[in-house]
Amino acid sequence: MLEIKNLHASIDGKEILRGVDLVVPTGEVHAIMGPNGSGKSTLSYVLSGRDGYDVTEGEIIFDGSDIVEMPAEERAAAGVFLAFQYPLEIPGVATMTFLKAALNAQRKARGEAELTTPDFIRRVKVASEKLNVSQEMLRRPLNVGFSGGEKKRNEILQMALLEPKLAILDETDSGLDIDALRVVSEGVNSLRSPERSMLVITHYQRLLDHIVPDKVHVMSAGRIVRTGGPELALELEAKGYADYAGEAA
Amino acid sequence: MNAEPRILRTQAEETLALEFAAARTQLPGSPAIAAARESAFATFQKLGLPHRRTEAWRYTDLRALLRTMPPLAVGATAEVSSLADPLPGLDRARLVVVDGIFRPDLSDLNGIDGVTVRPLVDLLQASDARIGQQIATLNDAVVSLNSALMIGGVSIEVPAGARIERAIEIAHVTSSAVASHVRNIVTVGADASVRLLETHVGPAGSAYQANIVTEATVGDRAKVIWAKLQSEGNAAVHLGTLAVTIGTETQFDHLTLMIGATVSRAQTFVTYSGENARAGLFGATMLRGKQHADIALSVDHAVPNGASRELFKAVMDGRSEGVFQGRIIVRPDAQKTDGRMMTQGLLLSEDASFFVKPELEIFADDVQCAHGATSGEIDDDILFYLLSRGIPRPEAETLLVTAFLAEAIEGLGDEAIGDAFEEISRNWLATRGQEAA
Repeated sequence: MLEIKNLHASIDGKEILRGVDLVVPTGEVHAIMGPNGSGKSTLSYVLSGRDGYDVTEGEIIFDGSDIVEMPAEERAAAGVFLAFQYPLEIPGVATMTFLKAALNAQRKARGEAELTTPDFIRRVKVASEKLNVSQEMLRRPLNVGFSGGEKKRNEILQMALLEPKLAILDETDSGLDIDALRVVSEGVNSLRSPERSMLVITHYQRLLDHIVPDKVHVMSAGRIVRTGGPELALELEAKGYADYAGEAA
Repeated sequence: MNAEPRILRTQAEETLALEFAAARTQLPGSPAIAAARESAFATFQKLGLPHRRTEAWRYTDLRALLRTMPPLAVGATAEVSSLADPLPGLDRARLVVVDGIFRPDLSDLNGIDGVTVRPLVDLLQASDARIGQQIATLNDAVVSLNSALMIGGVSIEVPAGARIERAIEIAHVTSSAVASHVRNIVTVGADASVRLLETHVGPAGSAYQANIVTEATVGDRAKVIWAKLQSEGNAAVHLGTLAVTIGTETQFDHLTLMIGATVSRAQTFVTYSGENARAGLFGATMLRGKQHADIALSVDHAVPNGASRELFKAVMDGRSEGVFQGRIIVRPDAQKTDGRMMTQGLLLSEDASFFVKPELEIFADDVQCAHGATSGEIDDDILFYLLSRGIPRPEAETLLVTAFLAEAIEGLGDEAIGDAFEEISRNWLATRGQEAA
C-alpha cells in the first residue's frame, strides 16, 4: 500500500526528513513513535501533500505509483487521509456542508456519481452515531466551539465517511482524556480492514494500548532507526527516548 | 494685487459648469427647486470635486479619478437592451429607473398595495419639502452636484401600519455612456414594515457615471430591511448616497454589496431621531482587477438609548483597492448608546490594498462603543485542511470566501435576500481571472 524510499524533505531550506524508509503493507496498522522534533509530523504532512515542503530525494509509492508530485486534493481522492493533530476551526462553513463538499469532490475526482442528499444524510447518521457525534455538532460551523474530544471524533467521522486506503493519524491522542481516547480508539478500530492501512503517529505508548499496531517504528532525526512489534512501544515507554536522543541532536 | 484665491478647476469641473449652465432652464421642477439647484451648484463649485485633502473622501480622489465627464443623461426614454436580472430567483416588485427616468412600462408594481409610487418629477414640480431635507447638512460635493442636476428617480411612500410582504426594488439601470443624477425619496410610516432593495446595473465596457442620492425617513416602531446591490458595468463610476433618519424604536437593517464598477463609493448616513432605535449596518465588497470601492458610513446617535451594529467585509483580488470609513458620532445627550463596528479585509493578492479608517466621536460619557479592524490572507492551515479532504483549491477558496462574506450578508436578517446575495458571492470566485476590470 505504502512504500517510502529514502525520503528527504526540507522546509525553508532546513532538512527535516533525512532518508526515511518505510513499508506499510495493505491492511496493516503501523505506529511511528519518536521524540519531539524527530520529524513525525513533517512525515504526515509530506505524505498528505502539504505545500511548503520540498521533497529533495526519494519516493513515496502509494497504491503502486509515486505521489511526490501529486497535489494534496488529488492524494485525498486517491485515498490518503490525514487526521490532524489540531483540527482547524472554520467559522461560516457548516460541518455538514464541509462533509458533503469533501465526499462529493472525492467521488467526482474518481469519476463516481455525487451522492444524493438523502443518501449522504443516511451515511452521516450511521457514522456519527457510532462516534457519539450529535446532530447539534453537525449543524455547527466546522469545529467551532468543539471540545478537544469533539474535534478528534469529528476527524474520525470524516475518515469513516471518506473511507481512505491509507489513514495517517497524527497525535490523535493529544488533548484527549481517558473516555474520549476510548471513543476515538474504538472508532479507529472499527475502521480497521484488510483493505485499509493505517499509520499511527504518537509520542506516547498509551494510544497503542487501544489501537494495537502490527509494527512499531522509531523515528529519530528524520529517519526510521528501529522497527519492531507492539512490544517495542512498551520498551520505549519504560526506557524513554534517551537511547535515540543522540541522533535527534 | 488680487487677494482672491484663484480656483483652478479640473477639466471635469469645467465640463460640469458648462453643462449646468446649458441645462439649468430645462431641468425639471418648480421655481423653488430651480433656485435650490443654483444654490447647490454654487456649493459644488465652492467645494470642487473631492480630493485627497477632503478628509471624508481621502482614499477616493475624484479629482484625479474623474478625468472627463460623459454627457449628462437627457431624460429621453432610452432603449434598454436586455440586461440580466442581477438577482434571479428573488421575488420582488420592481421600480425600474433608466438613466434617471422612472419607467412604469418596465416596472412591476404588483403585490405592494397601499404603497404609493410616484416619479420624482412630481415631487420636484410640487416643491416637496422632503427633497433636500436629509442631506441639508452634509456639505458633500457629490451630493450637491446631485441636487443641482437631479433629473428623476422615484418616491416610495409606505403608509403607517402597512406590512408589505413583497420586497420592493428600485432598479437603477444605465443605458449608455452618460452621467445620470438620480434622487429617490423613501418614506416609511410609523409601525410599518417593508423590505427594500436597490440595484445598480449598466452595460459592461461603458464609461458611464451614476450619481444616486436617496433620502429616507423611517417612522416610529417601523421595521425596515434595506439591501443595496452595486453591480454596475466594469467601466462605470458609481457614487451612491443614502441619508436616512430613523425614529423611536425602529429597527433598520441595511446591507451594501459592492461588486461592480471601476470606481465606486457608497455613502450611508444614519441619524437617530428617536430613542431605543436599533440599526444594523452591513457590507460585503468583492473586488478584482483595478477596481476601487469605498464604503463610507456615518452613524449619528443624536438621542439616548440607540444601538448600532456595523460589520463590513471586503475581499480584494488583483490590484484592487477596498476602502472603509466608518464614523460613529455620539452626541452629548445620547447616553446609553451602544455602538459596535467591525471591519475585516481578505486579500487574495499581494497587490491588493485595503484602507480602513474608523472614527469614533463620542461626546456622551455613559456609552459603549467599540471598533475593530483586521486584514489578512486566506489562512494556509485552513486551506490545507480543506485540500487534504479532497476539496479542489478553487472550491476550497470559494467556500472560505463565501463563508467570510456570509457573516455580513446574513447580518441583514432576511433569508431570501441573503440567499440571493450569497449566490452572487459564490459566483464571484468562479469567474476569477475572467472579468478583471
